[in-house]
Amino acid sequence: MTENLSALAYLVASVCFILALRGLSSPVTARSGNMWGIAGMVIAVITTLAAPGVISFGMIVLGVVIGGAIGAFIAYRIQMTALPQLVAAFHSLVGLAAVMVAGAAFTNPAAYHIGTPGNIYSGSLVEMSLGLAIGAITFTGSIVAFAKLQGLVTGKPLIFPMQHPFNAALGILLVALIVWFVIGSSSAAFIAITAVSLLLGFLLILPIGGADMPVVISMLNSYSGWAACGIGFTLQNPLLIVTGALVGSSGAILSYIMCKGMNRSISNVILGGFGGESAGGAAAEGKEARPVKSGSAEDAAFLMQNASKVIIVPGYGMAVAQAQHSVAKMADILKKAGVDVRYAIHPVAGRMPGHMNVLLAEANVPYDEVFELEEINNEFGTADVAYVIGANDVTNPAAHNDPKSAIYGMPILDVEKAKTVLFIKRSMATGYAGVDNELFYRDNTMMLFGDAKKVTEAVVKALGGE
Amino acid sequence: MDPQSVIDGANKLSHDAQSLADQAASLAAKASVLASTASAPDNFVAYFTVFVLAVFVGYHVVWRVTPALHSPLMSVTNAISSVIIVGALLAAGPAGMSLSKVLGFVAVILASINIFGGFIVTSRMLSMFKKKQK
Repeated sequence: MTENLSALAYLVASVCFILALRGLSSPVTARSGNMWGIAGMVIAVITTLAAPGVISFGMIVLGVVIGGAIGAFIAYRIQMTALPQLVAAFHSLVGLAAVMVAGAAFTNPAAYHIGTPGNIYSGSLVEMSLGLAIGAITFTGSIVAFAKLQGLVTGKPLIFPMQHPFNAALGILLVALIVWFVIGSSSAAFIAITAVSLLLGFLLILPIGGADMPVVISMLNSYSGWAACGIGFTLQNPLLIVTGALVGSSGAILSYIMCKGMNRSISNVILGGFGGESAGGAAAEGKEARPVKSGSAEDAAFLMQNASKVIIVPGYGMAVAQAQHSVAKMADILKKAGVDVRYAIHPVAGRMPGHMNVLLAEANVPYDEVFELEEINNEFGTADVAYVIGANDVTNPAAHNDPKSAIYGMPILDVEKAKTVLFIKRSMATGYAGVDNELFYRDNTMMLFGDAKKVTEAVVKALGGE
Repeated sequence: MDPQSVIDGANKLSHDAQSLADQAASLAAKASVLASTASAPDNFVAYFTVFVLAVFVGYHVVWRVTPALHSPLMSVTNAISSVIIVGALLAAGPAGMSLSKVLGFVAVILASINIFGGFIVTSRMLSMFKKKQK
């Protein structure tokens, strides 16, 4: 294949990828968008296989078969509730692949027309080291994120003294190593950059707490794109550059949206430690004595049967308890009884952007009954019941009226405006931010203590369902 | 001036001319080497242009994605960022055996896991998003 022809094919693949993202502007076009993405990938791979330098196919076919089998197996088997950790794991693979490709380009630069071993163009060395460093940071950072989401390590922020100065020193060291690498192009420098970046990725994500994971995952998503971009510059491949830029900006936008959903700056999230030490202490003292109204599943069923409008507010707790199917069943019974049932999703509910929407879709909830915060927040005033299942901080009115609160200024779902608020919670423990929720003590609140799934199943039973 | 000295002079002249031409040739060769090294930064501007424009395209396309589909957005971007397999294929492609080929092979496996896993999980997710019946 001539150079011009393959450049054109790469251009077509880039356009396919853009169409893949564009398809996601609506659930109606999203599936065809995914097909565009697959088409783009097929074009990209075939074009590369036709390149003059690619003459031995045995290992390539073997690699694709092994990787494809593993990927397909995991993707078919994974439970939708485990989606966040799956995405984190996949990000780590992109990061590691970027490191490998950088290593291949360094040891065999002739294959990419960027010089000869030991005599690579300095521009290419800069780009290579950037791709390498970002890839390595993505790799270990995503592994930590995966371990936290999977519950292999505590979701609490892990903090040690001098953490930030230490990370900053590592960052400066990394820059110095890159300079050394570009000047001397030694393999020692290459290895040192890899090692420092791996360590940095690990340490950067460690102090970030579980509920900040939506930001972290989006950020790592963005990093994996920039790593691909760096490799694209190294290999002088416009397809990689375009795709990397698309993915990088997508992740950056998602991080921004998630931060805004928590009214926090990206630096505040990255520096980490939020909701760690302050949790428990202040909330546990002195407030035990306040009276709380708790009710039974039958009470809840009675209230909702006689309501004309119910808004369900799901949170991470619903995902943990796998309660989405019982919730959907409850909603179906209520709808049959003529109740107007809707779902309200906070931008940062769950552990990744759009987490709740996927879980509800899995439980066959039609997407036109599911609303975003801005779309539905005005409707709580006309709702008879707000059914809050596994969410806490995102409903806390302290965000509106307590300037001292850690979550002050965060956009919240105004469930307090509903006639009755039902809180499904396992205990009176505070949410992730470590802030007490005064809604629990209000007269129009009824607490339903227990596991989100079991409580909802009991409500379904009380409603006469099976 | 005897004919012999004229011949000698002519010989010397032609010899000088020859060495001058040699020098010119070697200079030209050096210049072309320089030009080929210099072509990397030149290309850089072109690639950087592509990059900046792609960031803008990404920015505008992604803001139009409905929040309900942010999870599929993540998994599909994850899948397409595995286009890094292009670099892996070029590394694993040459004949013979070398370190870069092994690295390329591993990268092909990693990227393939992502490509297949990413697209399949995205289509699984998207197939669940349904409109209200009736």
